[in-house]
Amino acid sequence: MKPRFKTSYDADIDRFQGHWHRVQYLLLIALALAAPWVLGSYYVGELSSVLVWSLAGMGVMLLVGHTGQVSLGHAAFMAIGAFTHLALMLRGWPFLPALLAATLSSGISGALLALPILRLSGIYLAIATLALGVLVEDLAIVAEPITGGVRGLAAPPIELLGMTIDRHGTPIAFYYLCLAVVVLVTLAYANILRSPTGRAFIAVRDSEISARALGVNVTRTKTLAFALSCAITGLAGALYAHLIQAVNFESFLVIISIAMLLQVIVGGLGAIHGAFFGAVVIVALPQGIAISRDLLADVGIRVVAYPGLDMAVFAVIIIVLMVLEPRGLYGVWLRVRTWFQLFPLYRKGMFRRARSYLKTERLK
Amino acid sequence: MDTLQLLISGIANGCIYGLIALGFVLIYKASESVNFAQGDMMILGAFLAIALLNTDQADLPFLLGLAIAGLSLGVFAYLLDALLLRRVFGQPQLTMVILTIALGFVLRFVIGAIWGHDPVGLDSPVVGQRLSIGGLTVPVIDAVIIGTTVFLVAVLWLFFARTRLGLAMQASSQNQMAAYYMGIPVKRVVSLVWAMSGVMAAIAGVLFAAKGAVEPSAGLVFGIKAFAAAVIGGMGSLPGALAGGLLIGIMEPFAGRHLPSHIAQVSPYALMLLVLILRPSGLFAQVRAKKV
Amino acid sequence: MSLLEVNNVSLSFGGIRAIDGVSFDVNPGEVFTIVGPNGAGKSSLFNLISRFYEPAAGSIRFDGQDLLACKPHEVIDSGIARTFQNIELFDHATVLDNLLIGRHSRRRTYWFEDLLFLPRVRREEQEHRRAVEEVIDFLELAAYRDRMIQGLPYGVRKVVEIAQALVSRPKLLLLDEPAAGLSVEETENMAWWIEDMQKDLGLTIVMVEHDMGLVSRVSDRVLAIAEGRPLVEGAPGEVQAHPEVIRAWLGGVDE
Repeated sequence: MKPRFKTSYDADIDRFQGHWHRVQYLLLIALALAAPWVLGSYYVGELSSVLVWSLAGMGVMLLVGHTGQVSLGHAAFMAIGAFTHLALMLRGWPFLPALLAATLSSGISGALLALPILRLSGIYLAIATLALGVLVEDLAIVAEPITGGVRGLAAPPIELLGMTIDRHGTPIAFYYLCLAVVVLVTLAYANILRSPTGRAFIAVRDSEISARALGVNVTRTKTLAFALSCAITGLAGALYAHLIQAVNFESFLVIISIAMLLQVIVGGLGAIHGAFFGAVVIVALPQGIAISRDLLADVGIRVVAYPGLDMAVFAVIIIVLMVLEPRGLYGVWLRVRTWFQLFPLYRKGMFRRARSYLKTERLK
Repeated sequence: MDTLQLLISGIANGCIYGLIALGFVLIYKASESVNFAQGDMMILGAFLAIALLNTDQADLPFLLGLAIAGLSLGVFAYLLDALLLRRVFGQPQLTMVILTIALGFVLRFVIGAIWGHDPVGLDSPVVGQRLSIGGLTVPVIDAVIIGTTVFLVAVLWLFFARTRLGLAMQASSQNQMAAYYMGIPVKRVVSLVWAMSGVMAAIAGVLFAAKGAVEPSAGLVFGIKAFAAAVIGGMGSLPGALAGGLLIGIMEPFAGRHLPSHIAQVSPYALMLLVLILRPSGLFAQVRAKKV
Repeated sequence: MSLLEVNNVSLSFGGIRAIDGVSFDVNPGEVFTIVGPNGAGKSSLFNLISRFYEPAAGSIRFDGQDLLACKPHEVIDSGIARTFQNIELFDHATVLDNLLIGRHSRRRTYWFEDLLFLPRVRREEQEHRRAVEEVIDFLELAAYRDRMIQGLPYGVRKVVEIAQALVSRPKLLLLDEPAAGLSVEETENMAWWIEDMQKDLGLTIVMVEHDMGLVSRVSDRVLAIAEGRPLVEGAPGEVQAHPEVIRAWLGGVDE
């Protein structure tokens, strides 16, 4: 590891730590821009899917990974975003204003719901959000004028900059649209993390008492985190509606909320990277299972298609990670990177966690 | 009369919710976390019993099959804690929540892969029989469910109040560190609590399968509902869990009759949200605050 | 005029009187120490001043203002910073980030400015950073700047917590058992830090401490309390030798 000499405070404040860091991310963007020209249209669609889930994952990550508030009902906010967006577009709104309105409406509903719910903590918060997720499933049927009831709504094609963008008709354009949204949100997220707002989130996550003593208005901070998180998730919901072309109450079942939480945990809590790693797993896993089944069939081994196999494999990955590397795939990535940087000096146990003892919430 | 019948059916359902909720609370008290796989463990118990008892399956004598199903779930839960969950002991609550959620997915898959996804009922000696008391016809199974629950609760109460192990469990749930210093093997005690809640899940599963039919995916919904029961009663209180279960069990059929179906379906969750917001420690528990 | 006036405050927990009519004044620039046996209500007094607890009776004034009108997160704005008995740092962040969080009360940007990282946010960040570096130099924490709190030795974490309180440039610092859990050498260092903060920074310090060596070395005045009630107030030597204090400490030795 080469030491880096910092000559100004800006070196720490800047988004990128040095030129090499900046170059790495520029390369990543270049790769993402070039990908559609290399891959077939099916895989471009899969990449768009990764981007949409990354976006949703960032929403969850902001709340769970950076503010420490668990949510098992985030699909509810995806639903609010998706239904608002489609309902407005079907009433003649152009794409961008509808997208913005969807983002705002999910953010605002998040803020309103946050007020009563965020007084709860830990498991109670998880349960309350879970209940919220279940409630929205049925609300999506009841609110028929907006949501189209049981049948749901179909996504109209997107008219943008004189182009007609459609997930199947013009997969590459749709991919670029998702990419643009994801890059913008990622930049904003990174900005938050390097500024007082993000530090207040982290303070609330690690010690509410101390945060309060240092002047953080805990209620307001949690509400803001919830609102921002729901806004990002709602935005993801709107794009998701275009991705799957038609949404109804079944598109946002509670199981999707749970999967979103598991996604950021697999990816690694407390780092934006985690949302992306998790999204890759979510999208690639069913593919991987299908491909390996085909491969097995080619060599003559017939495997019955078990329903729920991808979720079960995903769950096993979660269990193994939770026991061995609670920081998720991002943690694994950090280890691998450090191993290469320090080669041959890496020793086992460098990342050993300090054992934290049971933090009781009961009165002694 | 009709209302009374609805009430009894609701109480029987509520007893099953209550038993699962008791399992939640037992584990919550022992390890300060929630077993989100409790509903799936119940379904596992139900399918085990069906495999052992149904005439087209192993066709064992009823009580023998019941005992085997209960014991295997107990051993399963014990090993689960001893081999897996103990390794994350001391990490934040969320860790265990996630682990058990993931476990639920695995269980659901395994059950579906072995027994298929169609609803199956349990052939019990009392299936389809009805009991008539002065104009009121009650399915015998409802009476059996209520009787079994009363019996189990009495056994649990005696166990916690009278036996050394029960006292040790109480002690470790109140202060693990102090219990450890007093020479209580806390880790083993926690595993035993898991075993107990496993047995309870199996019994609840058997009762559930005998009353209606089970399918692998029922565990999630049932678990969440029983969870609502535990929350409504107050997570720290065993009698509260039972009361919460009864409340939900009774509420459901009446809401189903008098409210539009979508609203009736979500009424347990809406009630839970209300309770969480207005009285987070549950309807039946005393309020305790965290010390700074 | 005194900086902090605690006037006849009482505090009850469900019918139990934790604090019963305690009064004291703290003058600008002095180190004022509260001593007492375990459970005497020392930390509760701190929690009253931090506004974590609501007093049943009495008043607390700071710098001429009524402190009881503040919410807990507004206390630091009025110029009071504190540390905790069991260290409440942000474990999964670096020392630098912990200290920057300590500047929270001085932030002037709104969240949407942060979101866009406007030039003003950068200027503010540079300002925060300068303030933090001053404290890092003062408390000699440069070696730990980029380390995670999680892996730091206990003694260093105690100093980091004080640094976190200092970066907001408070007038009054509340130290809850600064020497608890420290070795003899670390306690010695802590005494130096306290003296430096008093002399170089002109800070007023209110401290709760058990280590009587440290107490008599750094304190200007000492208040002894027991069972929530004040016993004696005076110079460290006087208080330590007072028969009431000795009786309260040794407990029930009547003859």
